[in-house]
Amino acid sequence: MKKVFSRPRSLKDVPFHYCPGCTHGVAHRLVAEVIDELGIQDNVIGNAPVGCAVFTMDYFDFDMISAAHGRAPAVATGVKRVLPDRVVFTYQGDGDLAAIGTGEFVHAAVRGEKITCIFINNAVYGMTGGQMAPTTLLGQKTKTTPYGRDSEVNGYPIKVCEMLTPLDGAAYVARVAVHSPKAIIQAKKAIKKAFQVQINGLGFSLVEILSTCPTNWGLTPLEAVKWLDENMIPYFPLGEYKVPPAGVI
Amino acid sequence: MARVIFLEERCKGCQLCTAVCPKGIVVMTGSTNEMGYHPATVHEQDKCTGCGICALVCPDMVIEVEREEKAV
Repeated sequence: MKKVFSRPRSLKDVPFHYCPGCTHGVAHRLVAEVIDELGIQDNVIGNAPVGCAVFTMDYFDFDMISAAHGRAPAVATGVKRVLPDRVVFTYQGDGDLAAIGTGEFVHAAVRGEKITCIFINNAVYGMTGGQMAPTTLLGQKTKTTPYGRDSEVNGYPIKVCEMLTPLDGAAYVARVAVHSPKAIIQAKKAIKKAFQVQINGLGFSLVEILSTCPTNWGLTPLEAVKWLDENMIPYFPLGEYKVPPAGVI
Repeated sequence: MARVIFLEERCKGCQLCTAVCPKGIVVMTGSTNEMGYHPATVHEQDKCTGCGICALVCPDMVIEVEREEKAV
Protein backbone atom coordinates (compact mmCIF):
# COMPACT_ATOMS: atom_id res chain seq x y z
CA MET A 1 0.00 0.00 0.00
CA LYS A 2 1.13 3.51 -0.72
CA LYS A 3 1.31 6.19 1.93
CA VAL A 4 -1.01 8.97 0.85
CA PHE A 5 -0.81 11.07 3.97
CA SER A 6 2.14 11.42 6.31
CA ARG A 7 4.30 14.07 7.89
CA PRO A 8 5.68 16.59 5.37
CA ARG A 9 9.47 16.58 4.87
CA SER A 10 9.78 20.18 6.08
CA LEU A 11 8.43 19.30 9.53
CA LYS A 12 10.73 17.66 12.05
CA ASP A 13 9.49 14.48 13.66
CA VAL A 14 8.90 15.99 17.11
CA PRO A 15 5.64 16.51 19.00
CA PHE A 16 4.23 20.05 19.09
CA HIS A 17 4.03 21.82 22.46
CA TYR A 18 0.62 23.28 21.55
CA CYS A 19 -2.47 22.57 23.65
CA PRO A 20 -4.82 19.74 22.57
CA GLY A 21 -6.96 20.85 19.62
CA CYS A 22 -4.94 24.01 18.91
CA THR A 23 -5.01 24.57 15.16
CA HIS A 24 -1.45 25.97 15.12
CA GLY A 25 -0.47 22.40 14.28
CA VAL A 26 -2.67 22.39 11.18
CA ALA A 27 -1.25 25.75 10.06
CA HIS A 28 2.32 24.48 10.57
CA ARG A 29 1.57 21.40 8.51
CA LEU A 30 0.02 23.41 5.67
CA VAL A 31 3.03 25.73 5.47
CA ALA A 32 5.38 22.73 5.47
CA GLU A 33 3.35 20.93 2.80
CA VAL A 34 3.38 24.02 0.56
CA ILE A 35 7.15 24.39 0.99
CA ASP A 36 7.58 20.72 0.09
CA GLU A 37 5.36 21.04 -2.97
CA LEU A 38 7.16 24.15 -4.21
CA GLY A 39 10.52 22.38 -3.61
CA ILE A 40 11.99 25.33 -1.71
CA GLN A 41 13.00 23.64 1.55
CA ASP A 42 16.69 24.49 0.99
CA ASN A 43 15.88 28.02 -0.08
CA VAL A 44 13.40 29.26 2.47
CA ILE A 45 13.98 31.37 5.58
CA GLY A 46 11.20 31.66 8.16
CA ASN A 47 10.78 34.29 10.85
CA ALA A 48 9.32 33.14 14.15
CA PRO A 49 7.18 35.51 16.21
CA VAL A 50 6.81 35.99 19.93
CA GLY A 51 3.75 34.12 21.16
CA CYS A 52 2.67 30.51 21.19
CA ALA A 53 4.51 29.94 17.90
CA VAL A 54 7.82 31.22 19.28
CA PHE A 55 9.29 27.72 19.10
CA THR A 56 8.50 27.16 15.40
CA MET A 57 12.23 26.76 14.74
CA ASP A 58 12.01 23.50 16.69
CA TYR A 59 9.41 22.20 14.25
CA PHE A 60 10.23 23.50 10.77
CA ASP A 61 13.15 21.73 9.13
CA PHE A 62 14.65 24.78 7.40
CA ASP A 63 16.35 28.03 8.38
CA MET A 64 14.47 30.09 10.95
CA ILE A 65 15.16 33.39 12.69
CA SER A 66 13.52 34.73 15.81
CA ALA A 67 12.55 38.38 15.82
CA ALA A 68 11.65 40.68 18.69
CA HIS A 69 7.94 40.92 19.46
CA GLY A 70 6.08 42.06 16.34
CA ARG A 71 9.25 42.79 14.38
CA ALA A 72 9.27 39.70 12.17
CA PRO A 73 8.33 41.63 8.97
CA ALA A 74 11.18 44.09 9.65
CA VAL A 75 13.67 41.26 10.08
CA ALA A 76 12.22 39.48 7.03
CA THR A 77 12.65 42.71 5.02
CA GLY A 78 16.34 42.77 5.90
CA VAL A 79 16.82 39.09 5.06
CA LYS A 80 15.00 39.41 1.74
CA ARG A 81 16.96 42.50 0.71
CA VAL A 82 20.30 40.87 1.51
CA LEU A 83 19.34 37.50 0.01
CA PRO A 84 16.77 38.33 -2.68
CA ASP A 85 16.85 34.81 -4.13
CA ARG A 86 15.52 33.27 -0.90
CA VAL A 87 11.88 32.77 -0.07
CA VAL A 88 11.27 34.65 3.18
CA PHE A 89 8.18 34.37 5.31
CA THR A 90 6.96 35.32 8.77
CA TYR A 91 4.65 33.25 10.95
CA GLN A 92 2.90 35.52 13.42
CA GLY A 93 -0.06 35.52 15.76
CA ASP A 94 -2.55 38.31 16.32
CA GLY A 95 -0.84 39.61 19.45
CA ASP A 96 2.41 39.81 17.52
CA LEU A 97 1.30 41.06 14.10
CA ALA A 98 -1.85 43.03 14.84
CA ALA A 99 -0.89 44.63 18.17
CA ILE A 100 2.76 45.46 18.83
CA GLY A 101 3.75 44.74 15.22
CA THR A 102 1.10 46.78 13.42
CA GLY A 103 3.65 49.27 12.16
CA GLU A 104 5.95 46.58 10.81
CA PHE A 105 3.54 44.58 8.69
CA VAL A 106 1.64 47.62 7.38
CA HIS A 107 4.82 49.34 6.26
CA ALA A 108 6.27 46.13 4.84
CA ALA A 109 3.09 46.02 2.72
CA VAL A 110 3.33 49.73 1.87
CA ARG A 111 6.89 49.23 0.66
CA GLY A 112 5.81 46.19 -1.32
CA GLU A 113 8.44 43.99 0.32
CA LYS A 114 8.56 40.65 -1.41
CA ILE A 115 7.87 38.64 1.73
CA THR A 116 4.97 36.47 2.87
CA CYS A 117 3.22 36.85 6.22
CA ILE A 118 1.30 33.91 7.67
CA PHE A 119 -0.98 35.56 10.23
CA ILE A 120 -2.70 33.35 12.80
CA ASN A 121 -5.81 35.07 14.16
CA ASN A 122 -7.33 33.33 17.18
CA ALA A 123 -8.95 36.43 18.71
CA VAL A 124 -7.02 36.17 21.96
CA TYR A 125 -3.53 36.40 23.45
CA GLY A 126 -2.67 32.72 23.76
CA MET A 127 0.76 32.40 25.34
CA THR A 128 0.33 35.10 27.98
CA GLY A 129 -2.85 33.57 29.34
CA GLY A 130 -5.88 34.69 27.39
CA GLN A 131 -5.95 38.48 27.56
CA MET A 132 -7.88 40.61 25.04
CA ALA A 133 -6.16 40.90 21.67
CA PRO A 134 -6.84 43.59 19.04
CA THR A 135 -8.80 40.92 17.17
CA THR A 136 -10.99 39.92 20.14
CA LEU A 137 -14.64 40.08 19.09
CA LEU A 138 -17.13 42.49 20.65
CA GLY A 139 -18.76 40.76 23.62
CA GLN A 140 -16.06 38.09 23.79
CA LYS A 141 -14.99 37.29 27.34
CA THR A 142 -11.25 37.18 28.01
CA LYS A 143 -9.10 37.52 31.12
CA THR A 144 -8.97 41.31 30.71
CA THR A 145 -12.55 41.72 29.44
CA PRO A 146 -14.42 39.53 31.95
CA TYR A 147 -17.77 41.10 31.00
CA GLY A 148 -17.10 40.86 27.27
CA ARG A 149 -15.29 43.30 24.97
CA ASP A 150 -17.09 46.64 25.05
CA SER A 151 -16.51 49.01 22.12
CA GLU A 152 -16.91 52.05 24.43
CA VAL A 153 -13.93 50.98 26.50
CA ASN A 154 -11.93 48.62 24.29
CA GLY A 155 -12.65 49.80 20.75
CA TYR A 156 -13.34 47.49 17.84
CA PRO A 157 -11.58 44.37 16.49
CA ILE A 158 -8.98 45.10 13.82
CA LYS A 159 -9.64 43.74 10.33
CA VAL A 160 -6.19 43.14 8.94
CA CYS A 161 -7.09 41.94 5.43
CA GLU A 162 -9.54 44.77 4.81
CA MET A 163 -6.90 47.22 6.00
CA LEU A 164 -4.22 45.96 3.59
CA THR A 165 -6.41 45.71 0.50
CA PRO A 166 -6.12 49.38 -0.60
CA LEU A 167 -2.32 49.35 -0.35
CA ASP A 168 -0.60 49.19 -3.73
CA GLY A 169 2.38 47.25 -2.39
CA ALA A 170 0.22 44.34 -1.22
CA ALA A 171 -0.08 41.84 -4.06
CA TYR A 172 -1.97 39.02 -2.39
CA VAL A 173 -4.21 39.23 0.68
CA ALA A 174 -6.49 36.40 1.74
CA ARG A 175 -8.36 35.26 4.83
CA VAL A 176 -8.86 31.56 5.39
CA ALA A 177 -9.75 29.30 8.32
CA VAL A 178 -8.66 25.87 9.57
CA HIS A 179 -11.79 24.77 11.39
CA SER A 180 -13.15 22.26 8.86
CA PRO A 181 -11.74 19.91 6.20
CA LYS A 182 -13.03 22.14 3.39
CA ALA A 183 -11.57 25.28 4.95
CA ILE A 184 -8.21 23.53 5.47
CA ILE A 185 -8.00 22.61 1.78
CA GLN A 186 -8.78 26.23 0.80
CA ALA A 187 -6.27 27.51 3.35
CA LYS A 188 -3.52 25.43 1.76
CA LYS A 189 -4.35 26.83 -1.69
CA ALA A 190 -4.14 30.39 -0.35
CA ILE A 191 -0.80 29.75 1.38
CA LYS A 192 0.59 28.27 -1.82
CA LYS A 193 -0.58 31.28 -3.83
CA ALA A 194 0.99 33.66 -1.32
CA PHE A 195 4.36 31.93 -1.70
CA GLN A 196 4.04 31.90 -5.49
CA VAL A 197 3.33 35.65 -5.46
CA GLN A 198 6.59 36.15 -3.60
CA ILE A 199 8.57 33.78 -5.82
CA ASN A 200 7.28 35.65 -8.88
CA GLY A 201 8.36 38.94 -7.31
CA LEU A 202 4.92 40.53 -7.37
CA GLY A 203 5.02 42.12 -3.93
CA PHE A 204 3.85 41.63 -0.38
CA SER A 205 1.55 38.71 0.43
CA LEU A 206 -0.39 37.94 3.59
CA VAL A 207 -2.63 35.04 4.53
CA GLU A 208 -4.76 35.47 7.64
CA ILE A 209 -5.68 32.10 9.14
CA LEU A 210 -8.63 32.08 11.55
CA SER A 211 -7.55 29.65 14.22
CA THR A 212 -8.88 28.25 17.48
CA CYS A 213 -7.61 28.62 21.02
CA PRO A 214 -9.68 26.11 23.02
CA THR A 215 -7.68 26.67 26.22
CA ASN A 216 -8.17 30.43 26.43
CA TRP A 217 -11.65 30.43 24.93
CA GLY A 218 -12.63 28.00 27.70
CA LEU A 219 -14.12 25.53 25.23
CA THR A 220 -13.41 21.98 24.17
CA PRO A 221 -11.66 21.66 20.79
CA LEU A 222 -14.93 20.56 19.17
CA GLU A 223 -16.84 23.49 20.70
CA ALA A 224 -14.02 25.81 19.63
CA VAL A 225 -14.26 24.95 15.92
CA LYS A 226 -18.01 25.54 16.15
CA TRP A 227 -17.47 28.86 17.94
CA LEU A 228 -15.04 29.95 15.21
CA ASP A 229 -17.57 29.09 12.53
CA GLU A 230 -20.47 30.85 14.24
CA ASN A 231 -18.74 33.92 15.67
CA MET A 232 -15.47 34.69 13.95
CA ILE A 233 -16.36 34.06 10.31
CA PRO A 234 -19.34 36.48 10.30
CA TYR A 235 -17.05 39.27 11.56
CA PHE A 236 -13.96 38.20 9.62
CA PRO A 237 -15.37 37.03 6.26
CA LEU A 238 -13.24 34.46 4.43
CA GLY A 239 -12.00 35.01 0.91
CA GLU A 240 -9.28 36.47 -1.29
CA TYR A 241 -9.21 40.22 -0.73
CA LYS A 242 -6.55 41.01 -3.25
CA VAL A 243 -5.20 38.83 -6.03
CA PRO A 244 -2.66 39.53 -8.76
CA PRO A 245 -4.04 39.92 -12.30
CA ALA A 246 -5.14 36.65 -13.91
CA GLY A 247 -2.39 34.65 -15.57
CA VAL A 248 0.47 36.12 -13.50
CA ILE A 249 0.79 33.14 -11.17
CA MET B 1 -8.31 -1.25 0.46
CA ALA B 2 -7.10 1.46 2.78
CA ARG B 3 -5.58 1.75 6.21
CA VAL B 4 -5.16 4.52 8.74
CA ILE B 5 -2.40 4.31 11.31
CA PHE B 6 -2.79 6.22 14.56
CA LEU B 7 0.49 7.11 16.27
CA GLU B 8 -1.29 6.99 19.61
CA GLU B 9 1.66 8.22 21.65
CA ARG B 10 1.44 11.56 19.81
CA CYS B 11 -2.33 12.00 20.29
CA LYS B 12 -3.55 14.71 22.66
CA GLY B 13 -7.14 13.48 22.61
CA CYS B 14 -8.68 16.62 21.09
CA GLN B 15 -11.36 14.53 19.30
CA LEU B 16 -11.38 16.68 16.14
CA CYS B 17 -10.85 13.54 14.02
CA THR B 18 -13.80 11.72 15.58
CA ALA B 19 -16.24 14.41 14.43
CA VAL B 20 -15.19 14.45 10.77
CA CYS B 21 -14.90 10.76 9.87
CA PRO B 22 -17.61 10.10 7.25
CA LYS B 23 -17.85 6.46 8.38
CA GLY B 24 -17.82 7.28 12.08
CA ILE B 25 -15.16 4.69 12.82
CA VAL B 26 -12.70 6.95 14.66
CA VAL B 27 -13.22 6.64 18.40
CA MET B 28 -11.44 7.56 21.60
CA THR B 29 -9.79 4.74 23.52
CA GLY B 30 -10.19 4.30 27.24
CA SER B 31 -6.45 3.79 27.68
CA THR B 32 -3.99 6.53 28.56
CA ASN B 33 -0.85 7.31 26.56
CA GLU B 34 2.50 8.46 27.92
CA MET B 35 1.47 12.13 27.82
CA GLY B 36 -1.63 11.32 29.87
CA TYR B 37 -4.25 11.70 27.15
CA HIS B 38 -6.88 9.26 25.94
CA PRO B 39 -5.79 8.75 22.32
CA ALA B 40 -8.02 8.36 19.30
CA THR B 41 -7.99 5.14 17.34
CA VAL B 42 -9.91 3.44 14.57
CA HIS B 43 -12.19 0.49 15.05
CA GLU B 44 -13.60 -1.48 12.14
CA GLN B 45 -10.53 -0.72 10.04
CA ASP B 46 -12.11 -2.60 7.13
CA LYS B 47 -14.74 0.13 6.74
CA CYS B 48 -12.06 2.77 6.16
CA THR B 49 -12.02 4.23 2.66
CA GLY B 50 -8.72 6.08 3.13
CA CYS B 51 -10.27 9.48 2.47
CA GLY B 52 -7.77 11.03 4.88
CA ILE B 53 -10.12 13.64 6.35
CA CYS B 54 -9.18 12.60 9.90
CA ALA B 55 -5.52 13.17 9.05
CA LEU B 56 -6.35 16.52 7.41
CA VAL B 57 -7.87 17.99 10.59
CA CYS B 58 -5.41 16.43 13.06
CA PRO B 59 -3.26 19.22 14.54
CA ASP B 60 -0.60 16.83 15.78
CA MET B 61 -0.02 14.62 12.74
CA VAL B 62 -1.04 11.51 14.63
CA ILE B 63 -2.63 9.90 11.59
CA GLU B 64 -1.01 8.36 8.53
CA VAL B 65 -3.13 7.09 5.65
CA GLU B 66 -2.27 4.27 3.29
CA ARG B 67 -4.20 3.34 0.18
CA GLU B 68 -3.91 0.58 -2.38
CA GLU B 69 -2.47 2.04 -5.57
CA LYS B 70 -4.97 2.13 -8.37
CA ALA B 71 -4.27 -0.26 -11.23
CA VAL B 72 -3.45 1.75 -14.33
